Amino acid sequence: MTGMDDPAPLVLVVLPAVLTALFPCCPREIELRAATVGEAIAALEARIPGLGDRICDSTPAIRRHMRVFAGGVRADLATRLAPGTEVLVMTAISGG
Amino acid sequence: MGTRVLVLLGTKKGAFILEAGPERRGWELRGPFCETWPMNHVIGDPATGTIFAGGGSAWFGPAVWRSGDLGVTWTHSSAGLAYAEGAEPVKAVWSLAPGHGALYAGVEPAGLFRSGDGGQGWEHLAGMQAHPTRPHWQPGGAGLILHSLVPHPEDSQRIWVGISAAGVFHTADGGRTWEPRNQGTRSDFMPEGQRYPAFGQCVHCLVMAPGMPERLYQQNHCGMYRSDDGGVHWDSIEAGLPSSFGFPAAVHPRDPATLYLLPLNGDTAGRYVPGARAAVWRTRDAGATWQACRAGLPQQNAFFGVLRQAMATDRLDPAGVYFGTSSGSLYASADEGETWHCAAQHLPAILSVETLVVGG
Repeated sequence: MTGMDDPAPLVLVVLPAVLTALFPCCPREIELRAATVGEAIAALEARIPGLGDRICDSTPAIRRHMRVFAGGVRADLATRLAPGTEVLVMTAISGG
Repeated sequence: MGTRVLVLLGTKKGAFILEAGPERRGWELRGPFCETWPMNHVIGDPATGTIFAGGGSAWFGPAVWRSGDLGVTWTHSSAGLAYAEGAEPVKAVWSLAPGHGALYAGVEPAGLFRSGDGGQGWEHLAGMQAHPTRPHWQPGGAGLILHSLVPHPEDSQRIWVGISAAGVFHTADGGRTWEPRNQGTRSDFMPEGQRYPAFGQCVHCLVMAPGMPERLYQQNHCGMYRSDDGGVHWDSIEAGLPSSFGFPAAVHPRDPATLYLLPLNGDTAGRYVPGARAAVWRTRDAGATWQACRAGLPQQNAFFGVLRQAMATDRLDPAGVYFGTSSGSLYASADEGETWHCAAQHLPAILSVETLVVGG
């Protein structure tokens, strides 16, 4: 839990170009406050409607062929974020 | 502005648009659109000229794409296109249909959504997933998909859907409740004595005859059928066809007795055109007799198939007929199937074909 006296840490989310191409004017890097990966994706969705839906499904979970790394370590929605963490969103191997 | 005929293609790698004048020759190709996402169904709404494309990306999930300028620019949305938390998520959109000012979307795993704002926001019509037979539905080869979506042209409360492999269902209350409508259709993949169940049939494609809303045709995994009572009873019309197996069916724009099929050689024989010779099979008498339409189609070494949504007609007179192959070719006829030409080739596998005629 975070509150007014204990703001969520500031983190940097880095998005793949193939994802930002789906949204006009979506930057590749977005700084936001989030205590977990789930909060970070919710903050992305609030800032750019529809963006969170491309990363997470309704389970809710990170989509099967998406990957999120927090500080270089593979993360899930519950992964906690420390101040300054780089949250890297990537596309996994897929297609045919 | 002159008449423009657009053939809308959903492919494994994006949407494409073929365009020609009313002579329907000299096709020009545009695409791929939709960032090369697999697009299961691309349709044009004749009331507005808007093009919608439904599909799903293995990375980014399901969405419906929309173009209000005949494919020049596109946006996408999946807002509300989701089941409840904890349920198996929507994987892809499989079918789209406009009706009574709304847009409907059938999805995998099988369910139905409705948009009242042109595909920007979606609501789940939960009655389909809540059907008491739902726990017993089995997926077909393409998954548990709601692939055929047939709104009644006058009654906004009535919709028919086809689900592989749950069968045909009908609602008379806008999607709150549904009843299976499969009486008379076979399930050859069931043990003897259980081949005419109430549900569980592998319907491949369901279409409605023009001007006769109670006349439905379906190409099934196990036979070809016609119903003249809204799907309550089905009669086999496969006598005279080279095979009981195929995927697509397309109705004529004005004649309820004319139907086009593209039978394949069988579900265990490779699923390509019989004898490796391509033919569209046409009936002019609601399935009593069939004619093979071959002129201009490859008559040797044709080992392609045609998928369930990959055949369509246009509304011109004489009607155009089109089909797209699993090997990425689009064949067109401007004379109701009498003669054919290849309008495009070397495309990705074609998943759907629809038409939109504008201007003129």
